[in-house]
Amino acid sequence: MNIPEYQCDSYDVAVIGAGHAGCEAALACARLGLETIVFMVSADTIALMPCNPNIGGTSKGHLVRELDALGGEMGKNIDRTYIQSKMLNRSKGPAVHSLRAQADKQRYTASMRRVMENQEHLTLKQAEVTDLLWRELADGTKEVTGVKIASGGIFPCRAAILCSGVYLNARCIYGEVSQYTGPNGLPRATKLTDSLVAAGLSVLRFKTGTPARIDGRTIDYDAMTVQKGDEPVVPFSFTNRAEDIAREQVDCYLTYTNETTHEIIRENLDRSPLFSGDIKGTGPRYCPSIEDKVVRFPDKERHQVFIEPEGEYTNEMYLSGLSSSLPEEVQIRMYRSIRGLEHAKIVRNAYAIEYDCLDATQLKPTLECKTIHGFFSAGQANGSSGYEEAAAQGLVAGMNAALLLLKRDPVVIDRSQGYIGVLIDDLVTKESREPYRMMTSRAEYRLLLRQDNADLRLTEIGHRVGLISDERYDLFVKKRDAIAEELTRLNGVILGASESVCEYLRKIGSAELRTGTSLAELLRRPEMTYEMLAPLDPERPTLDAAVIEQVEIEIKYEGYIERQRQQVEHFKKLESRRLPADLDYTAIPSLRLEARQKLQKFRPENVGQASRISGVSPADISVLLVWLGNVSRET
Amino acid sequence: MRIQTENDTIAAIATALSPSGIGIVRISGPEAVNVASRVFCAGAAQRTDVSAYESHTVHYGRIADPENGRIIDEVMLLVMRAPRTYTREDTVEIDCHGGVLVTKRVLEAVLHAGARLAEPGEFTKRAYLNGRIDLSQAEAVAGIISAKNDLALRNSVRQLGGRERAEITEIRGELLREIAQIEATLDDPEHLSFDGFDTTMRKNTESQSARICRLLATADDGRRIKEGIRTVIVGRPNAGKSSLLNALLQEDRAIVTEIAGTTRDTLTEEVNLRGITLLLVDTAGIRESTDVVEALGVARAKEAAASADLILYVADSSAPIDPADRLILASCKGKPMIPLLNKSDLPPAVSAAEIGALVDESMGEGQYACESKRGDVDGHREANTATDPIMISAKTGEGIEALEERITEMFFAERLRADEECLITSERHKQELIAARDSLARVQESIDAGMSEDFYTIDLTAAYEALGRILGEEPDEDVINAIFAEFCLGK
Repeated sequence: MNIPEYQCDSYDVAVIGAGHAGCEAALACARLGLETIVFMVSADTIALMPCNPNIGGTSKGHLVRELDALGGEMGKNIDRTYIQSKMLNRSKGPAVHSLRAQADKQRYTASMRRVMENQEHLTLKQAEVTDLLWRELADGTKEVTGVKIASGGIFPCRAAILCSGVYLNARCIYGEVSQYTGPNGLPRATKLTDSLVAAGLSVLRFKTGTPARIDGRTIDYDAMTVQKGDEPVVPFSFTNRAEDIAREQVDCYLTYTNETTHEIIRENLDRSPLFSGDIKGTGPRYCPSIEDKVVRFPDKERHQVFIEPEGEYTNEMYLSGLSSSLPEEVQIRMYRSIRGLEHAKIVRNAYAIEYDCLDATQLKPTLECKTIHGFFSAGQANGSSGYEEAAAQGLVAGMNAALLLLKRDPVVIDRSQGYIGVLIDDLVTKESREPYRMMTSRAEYRLLLRQDNADLRLTEIGHRVGLISDERYDLFVKKRDAIAEELTRLNGVILGASESVCEYLRKIGSAELRTGTSLAELLRRPEMTYEMLAPLDPERPTLDAAVIEQVEIEIKYEGYIERQRQQVEHFKKLESRRLPADLDYTAIPSLRLEARQKLQKFRPENVGQASRISGVSPADISVLLVWLGNVSRET
Repeated sequence: MRIQTENDTIAAIATALSPSGIGIVRISGPEAVNVASRVFCAGAAQRTDVSAYESHTVHYGRIADPENGRIIDEVMLLVMRAPRTYTREDTVEIDCHGGVLVTKRVLEAVLHAGARLAEPGEFTKRAYLNGRIDLSQAEAVAGIISAKNDLALRNSVRQLGGRERAEITEIRGELLREIAQIEATLDDPEHLSFDGFDTTMRKNTESQSARICRLLATADDGRRIKEGIRTVIVGRPNAGKSSLLNALLQEDRAIVTEIAGTTRDTLTEEVNLRGITLLLVDTAGIRESTDVVEALGVARAKEAAASADLILYVADSSAPIDPADRLILASCKGKPMIPLLNKSDLPPAVSAAEIGALVDESMGEGQYACESKRGDVDGHREANTATDPIMISAKTGEGIEALEERITEMFFAERLRADEECLITSERHKQELIAARDSLARVQESIDAGMSEDFYTIDLTAAYEALGRILGEEPDEDVINAIFAEFCLGK
């Protein structure tokens, strides 16, 4: 059946999807003054959290703080709607401290919706986008001209950002049941994949899953371990102080699976679509279903199950650790075998979901498509997983779409500047076989990329782009300067080995001084803190806790930090050697064949990126450097 | 991945091993003169400030290792300041006279003084990047770099004995397990914990560190890495390969019998021919065999031929040409070769001309006895013309002298050379072992200083990568894969 087409209003930017990526992308564009329209399958599900009820966690918390420093919304939104907050890994080094907050899912969605609805230059539209419209340019490349929606409406635009999440040709599966919907029974998008393929793009099929939600009234919490939030909390957004967002926190609970649970799973494995072969999509290794865990780790006697509230105004509880695609009747038996869940009633059962996504190696580090000008892509559509990963990409794609239309230089966060840089570089450089999740071990300069200094790393960029106000920027500069001044002061103030000094050191169990020693040197002692130095440092200025934190970390970990800075310097050298966009790698015979093919396919932006492509050896990079020397001297 | 950028100071042995034992250690880069000052002493002085020397002047003196002050060799030192040098950087060359091992020690002293071991082809690369070499030679330069890397990689594998390789692989495995344990725990602190981890971690790091130190000790005693012209004797079973080996060695090591195929193992012997060191490899007869043991021997022989610097092809003059001869010659294609016609004491069944024709036919005319150009720095080496088969009798010793003459002739004409990449590779192995050892020492320091676990992985990873470079492996996603393979993570 042919649906007649009709012309609609023109926009600068069309954002396809209003999940975590879409919201950040749309807000960034609108805030930079571009007329932006965002399409969604349901206006009730803006920034929906269809899986876990939390924001942040190891390495993901870093992403949210970086996002905030760049002018994103996620940090502010979770600060408005959290119901419990925790700094993970607090007993470990500062580089791996990670913030995680439980969200009130409904309020999270409602709050983001309010922000979106009240954003100047932003239009919200409930509709399924069916086609990406483009025209071919003289040089054979393509350019975005608009998008078409299911009703036939054509919205001309100069840039489009794909943030389709898990909705493209989605299928939800549990046991023998297949539902052709997006998550939570929401409508899926069935046409857009074909349109993307017709535009010459290649797509992958990925899979993920979510556990069941249980009626909280049917859970015996007394049989479980209670998990409390931190007091006081650390806000995600650098614009908030702890006291601004303090609130009473709700509890989470911990229980375990047992041999009976595992027995039930093993007996019914043949009914799991993951094992029967019904699911073809590639699932993530980091977030395995419980049946995966039982099969892959047969010696493990029990697996943890965290019981987390979905919100303050609902009884639904999320069973973290029990993602599954077993038939519902097996699920219920499995849950009821677990201590505290003996009488559990399922509100929503666990399921797996399959969906189409783009092969992200078709994108530049700006998240613009290499072959279609003005077409950007972010989030699960790029094969990542997680709300935070999506939001981070959404912001970068949004910023760069806006900067492109404003004819300004793009923004690329590199691997030494943030987890966002690591995330995007990995996505566009590594051929991934599973949904990509951020992990701290993926960041090679982890000690420099701490969640506590995300503002120091990125506020400058956010301000330059125009997403950080002058007012906020001024505050940031003050903080930055205060840290530098205090570092200089602590290195400059020398304490003599006087009796009073030694007596105090003895008292706090630290070694006495032999010779004059700087305050910084004293602070470097493992047992020493900035606070403990106070009696020896009467002249010290009154400083914010955030400033003191930075000063302490810089001094205490100076040796390690310095080494990483040197590594970064080396990294930057390769990163700054740009590769010409039209370089014909097949014409460099000294490159090994595999390297030639990979480089021709990826067309990396610079030598650093080239070096990270698997199949390109250091010797190939040497050859490339020689070639570049040639090119640059010829021109 | 480790990629070198262009502005530090590098050093390497810049010459092929020469018969007179002269070796040149070349230092290039902004710190070249300072590095030289740390190792050079003119006259009785402890140290001599080389920066006082004028450019392009030669000086007599001694080299001392800055680590222990020991004198290594008497040398001539050549100071050349940028830009009138090969690389267009400050360059110092040290001419050493004491032979292979001493040249190697001098290089080590220079590395101790702050230079970095040059990557294969790096001098040429710099010469090019600094505009010293003409633009039109870009492809030639790129070719040299890629060939040298290939060669280094092959050498790396061939130099590493099976035991060392297994040992390094095992140490890496242990390190990777530690890294994965830490990273998994950091990533999923609610499911995994570090309880009791510090003690096992410390013990394990100590024992891995001790294993690396043992490897380093064997690297130092010079037994593990043999340097010389790797010479492989090939030929049909019973053509007289082992007899030839014995004739050259003048002792009875290999089993010599009348039954074809009795040499089951590859033997390596060192022989000094008029000042040139040959590493002689005897192989089992190359022939498709159904005997399992011998099939292994044959495969090994083919392998040995592939990594040879010189091939001695032995034909039996008392027996007619066999299809096996063609097979053997085919597997030696592209290598410098000397054909030998053995058993001149027996009535001939085949003539020198016939063998010469066979060699031409099997390997392509002018191909044999011509070194592959890929490893050649300057790319202008000529083909060897002295290709006539030499009549010998391994039994009576007839013709052995002619063979020795031919080898030295080829060597002096630089048609043959011991592989300097060999030296660099072994030195590189050592440098990487040292890097790994030092990284593990830093892990211990972090543990002692009471740092938390996430600090350990910085240096553990560095050690893991250094060992990986010895094996020619890139880390890529090793850690992530190990985490998923061994730990149960996830929401």
